[in-house]
Amino acid sequence: MSDLNTASNLEKILKAGHIGVTSECGPPRGSDPEEVKRKGLLIKDYVDAVNVTDNQTAMTRMSSLAACVHLKLMGIEPVLQMVTRDRNRVALQSDILGAASFDIPNMLCLSGDHQSFGDCAQGQNVHDLDSMQLVQTVRYMRDKGKFLGGDDIKRPPKIFVGAAANPFADPFEIRVPRLAKKIASGAEFIQTQCIYNLDKFKEWVKRAADRGLTEKAFIMAGMTPMKSVGMAKYMKNRVPGMDVPDELIERMAGVPKDKQAQEGIDICVEHIQELKEVSGVSGFHIMAIEWEEKVPEIVERSGLYPRPEA
Amino acid sequence: MIIVKKKPIEEIIEEVRDFGRILILGCNECVTVCEAGGKKEVEILASALRMYFIARGNEKVIEEKTLERQCDHEYLEEIRKNIDDYDAIVSLACGVGVQFTAEKYLTTPLIPGVNTVCLGANEDRGLWTERCQACGSCILARTGGICPVSRCAKRVMNGPCGGSTNGKCEISKDVDCAWQLIVDRLKALNKLDDYEKLAPVKDWSTDRAGGPRTVTREDVKI
Repeated sequence: MSDLNTASNLEKILKAGHIGVTSECGPPRGSDPEEVKRKGLLIKDYVDAVNVTDNQTAMTRMSSLAACVHLKLMGIEPVLQMVTRDRNRVALQSDILGAASFDIPNMLCLSGDHQSFGDCAQGQNVHDLDSMQLVQTVRYMRDKGKFLGGDDIKRPPKIFVGAAANPFADPFEIRVPRLAKKIASGAEFIQTQCIYNLDKFKEWVKRAADRGLTEKAFIMAGMTPMKSVGMAKYMKNRVPGMDVPDELIERMAGVPKDKQAQEGIDICVEHIQELKEVSGVSGFHIMAIEWEEKVPEIVERSGLYPRPEA
Repeated sequence: MIIVKKKPIEEIIEEVRDFGRILILGCNECVTVCEAGGKKEVEILASALRMYFIARGNEKVIEEKTLERQCDHEYLEEIRKNIDDYDAIVSLACGVGVQFTAEKYLTTPLIPGVNTVCLGANEDRGLWTERCQACGSCILARTGGICPVSRCAKRVMNGPCGGSTNGKCEISKDVDCAWQLIVDRLKALNKLDDYEKLAPVKDWSTDRAGGPRTVTREDVKI
């Protein structure tokens, strides 16, 4: 994993053997670019790249690509998230070229939450490709310099390609085979679902390492600080594929309401410190949902600041 | 078979309100099996409409007929001699039957009495569930005999997605995760290793994406 394929800072950091740090920025439900820029500035110096979500939870928002361009123009490296829910292979390839035209050097390929969760529950979904086929598509465009249709691309996109993994979703026995499949499809880095069950996550990483998968792709552990015991319960009971152990909920419930947010941050920092020592974990993806201002504190207290120069 | 669901009677009333002589036309195939458009349902709908309009002093001529099939010229010919007796036909056949009837009787308004839902099976008494979306290029040999196109809400070819929980789909606890079923079946077949074979980008040109589909068989043409 040493030769660089792109100009991505994230790729350089990870391949240099540093612990990578990414965070995310959800575009606004409106056209004001200042919201994106404000979030970007809050975390700029504390992360190697910033994921920009693509109509997350199927709520219509400013386009991920446009928000990425705003960040890129501010000198912040974006990770363009792209879901296969809303666009067919023509639109996906077209947006990949659009991103590459702004030298956006990272992409995360996802299937996306079902539209029934969002504000367009009566809409169609596309799913012309699935997330692994989107990874294959980006790699094909980059490495072969060709469109899916076979024609040559003038100035192929140079994009470091990632995929998501959920170590906790069912069925558990194919969690590692599924990771293997994503890596075989061409994923170079993996950002995981939010981790609260550390033991189960470590077991997953160990099994992945046993198969040599952690040598083939960089695993970035997903971290989301909880703001309250209510959020913890919601995550446990309502968010698909989430594993929140009862002892964490009890710990959050055990502190007064006005101290719960700080407790959530403390838990997140403790988890990062513990997972930093786990072989096969190459970095952290800190998803502080609508709480970006807390990312600097989390990164600093976890001993991940300052960020290395690539 | 083709699974249909009765339309709300209010919707049918609204459509037939202005017609005086109406034929309720059933079909003896799929819609009979799924208990929404056969002889029995024709009788029930005809009675309900008669009562509704009589109660409002607007008595109509409402007759009943159930054909062997509405997707077949031969059986549709059975109503030709009486077709001028009706101002409109309410067809309880699937969308195919309704259209085939409409094509045959150009000047008679056709009103669908059911919503065509899917290609499915009678899973249990009173429960019909989808099994096929007629994508035109069957991959069941590679997915343990379980179809991700029709049974996965995201038609994921390399699943499951991250939303699979306790064997259920993220859209509802009442919907099985197709990929859980696929994994279970591959395991039962002792072929779980096949799970790791990447499904290539699918050719959807045989699906609805390629436009209306036809099957032509020179060998059986007359």
